[in-house]
Amino acid sequence: MTKGHDKVLAFRGLTKRFGGVVALDHFDMEVDEGQIVGLIGPNGSGKTTSFNVLTGIYAANGGEVELLGQNITNWTAQKVCEAGVARTFQRSRLCVELSIFDNIMIGNHQHLNHGLMFNIFQRKAFRRQMEESFEAAHELMAIFDPPLAGRMLEAVGTFGMIDRRRIEICRALISHPRLLLLDEPSAGMTEDETRQLMDDILVVRERINGLSIVLVEHEMGMIERVTDRCVVLNFGQKICEGTYREVASDKLVQEAYLGVE
Amino acid sequence: MTDKSMDMLIGFVAIVLGTVFLITFVAIESQIEILGLIVLTAIAVVVSARMGISTRISEAFASNEPLMNSAMLLATLVVAFWFREDHFPLLMIATVLLYLTACLGLNMQFGYTGVVNFAGAGFFGVGCYTAAVLNQHTAVPHLLVVVLGGVIAALVGSILILPVLRTRGHYAAVVTIAFGIMFKTFLEVNDTLGGPQGLKVPGMEILGWSFNSNIEIGAEIELSFYLNYVAIGLALAVLAFILTRRIERSWVGLSLDAVRLDETAAACFGVNIKRWKITAFTLGNFLIGMAGAVFAMMLGFIAPTNFAFGDSLILVSIVLLGGMGSPWGTVIAAGLVILLPEKLQAIQEYRFLLYAIVVILILLFRPQGLLPRGLRTYVPGWRG
Repeated sequence: MTKGHDKVLAFRGLTKRFGGVVALDHFDMEVDEGQIVGLIGPNGSGKTTSFNVLTGIYAANGGEVELLGQNITNWTAQKVCEAGVARTFQRSRLCVELSIFDNIMIGNHQHLNHGLMFNIFQRKAFRRQMEESFEAAHELMAIFDPPLAGRMLEAVGTFGMIDRRRIEICRALISHPRLLLLDEPSAGMTEDETRQLMDDILVVRERINGLSIVLVEHEMGMIERVTDRCVVLNFGQKICEGTYREVASDKLVQEAYLGVE
Repeated sequence: MTDKSMDMLIGFVAIVLGTVFLITFVAIESQIEILGLIVLTAIAVVVSARMGISTRISEAFASNEPLMNSAMLLATLVVAFWFREDHFPLLMIATVLLYLTACLGLNMQFGYTGVVNFAGAGFFGVGCYTAAVLNQHTAVPHLLVVVLGGVIAALVGSILILPVLRTRGHYAAVVTIAFGIMFKTFLEVNDTLGGPQGLKVPGMEILGWSFNSNIEIGAEIELSFYLNYVAIGLALAVLAFILTRRIERSWVGLSLDAVRLDETAAACFGVNIKRWKITAFTLGNFLIGMAGAVFAMMLGFIAPTNFAFGDSLILVSIVLLGGMGSPWGTVIAAGLVILLPEKLQAIQEYRFLLYAIVVILILLFRPQGLLPRGLRTYVPGWRG
């Protein structure tokens, strides 16, 4: 539930074009601190594109992105990350030849000491930081996937899709972000696995004060159960917003998903 | 005997056998014996892999690194000592060590960070020409000249990296190829740097000890002067090896891997792609340049023909053959690539054909390299 009314994220008139295709068309959206907002819409409606513009992978063609009161439009991906945004990807983007621990640590990049002097010459201090980081990663992994927590030094390639999804979520959470962007985290999961995943995310949200989440999903049960509000996109435009109930019974939304008779 | 001690024993035996093999290989002249030895060794390697012995050797190395590394170092010293009075074997060993240093630098750029560099020979040449010019025209102490060879190569690299950063994949490769060609052409048309005839390079001298005169002990023993170069080559190689290891086993190494494996995702987690590409490229060229400086002083003479595209390819092939990102693999591959063509003198014209066939076979049957890189262990033996 909302903890105060500070805005974490705002899209104002966000527009993104790819040649002639308008992927985002003056898209407005707001997320309050501590909220979980569902971002739904048919395939190709611009949901992932909005994530990509937010995280600096694409440059916006118009409009603004505001994070915690700052205008972060067209910031580099690195700066957006440092401002407190973490994400997962629609098609899992892990480094399969690296270990689980390595992958999670990439997520924690901004909190680790990368100085050449430190890493080459201060090996004792490095070892301490490494062991602390391992503890933290292990704790997080134990929440989402206990069997994997004992196999953190194995290559990610060894594990299946669902396990990799969970590893990716740990990678996003390890840095204690302010805003978490989840892109179809439950794709391919059974109902039980989906329920478990959302429970685990809520557990971590309790621990990270003020964590806000934007959740792109096709699994409506999850959206209904977990989100405070929903925003519906179609062809890059927002066509509806409100609670899940309100949105599900909206005619425009039904037409977008099911077509006009 | 515990499992662990058994592993160690097998590891030591392997090192001893390897040393014997190396000494024999370098010493024998007869072509038939050499071919026979190669075939015998190939069979032994394949059989031991089948019997799981190779796994036990890697276990030994993984759990007792300091000990096993010291054993390898000792083995190298034994080999150098065996050939202490022979010029040519020592020259070959020193060459292997210097190429190893250069390839460890190349490995940093391309094995870890994925920054392709088809101008390795060019940077090696920068180190060579730095040594040539400084030794001939200045009184800069030679150890400093070695370091300067690395520094100048790194500086030249920092110019090349600019277009490389703006291009991806094959285009970046072509940019480095173009640079290599430009460098060689620049040397050929530039008479102040000797032109196509090349330059003489005064030999190394430290505190009055000349590296180019044989070492006399008493009245009877005369050791080849190449021992000096083997010594400094070994020092450089050990330095490069330790540097590579420490970097790989750290957050720096992780960042480099992240850049190579998925730039976009890495950027989303705050990894500064440009910074790491520049760091790897610069450090790598520093090592390559230093190796070049010592190489020039050892040969006494350098010419632009030594720094052609084909030579850059040889450096790249050593990294690929050994296993991208695998320091020990680079060691084995450097030895193979330098020594094999040298010893197969009878088939003069077909030397490089045979070499090419060996490379193709290895990449066909073992594309991950002779000693593929394993998972990162931040602290050897640490299990979490």
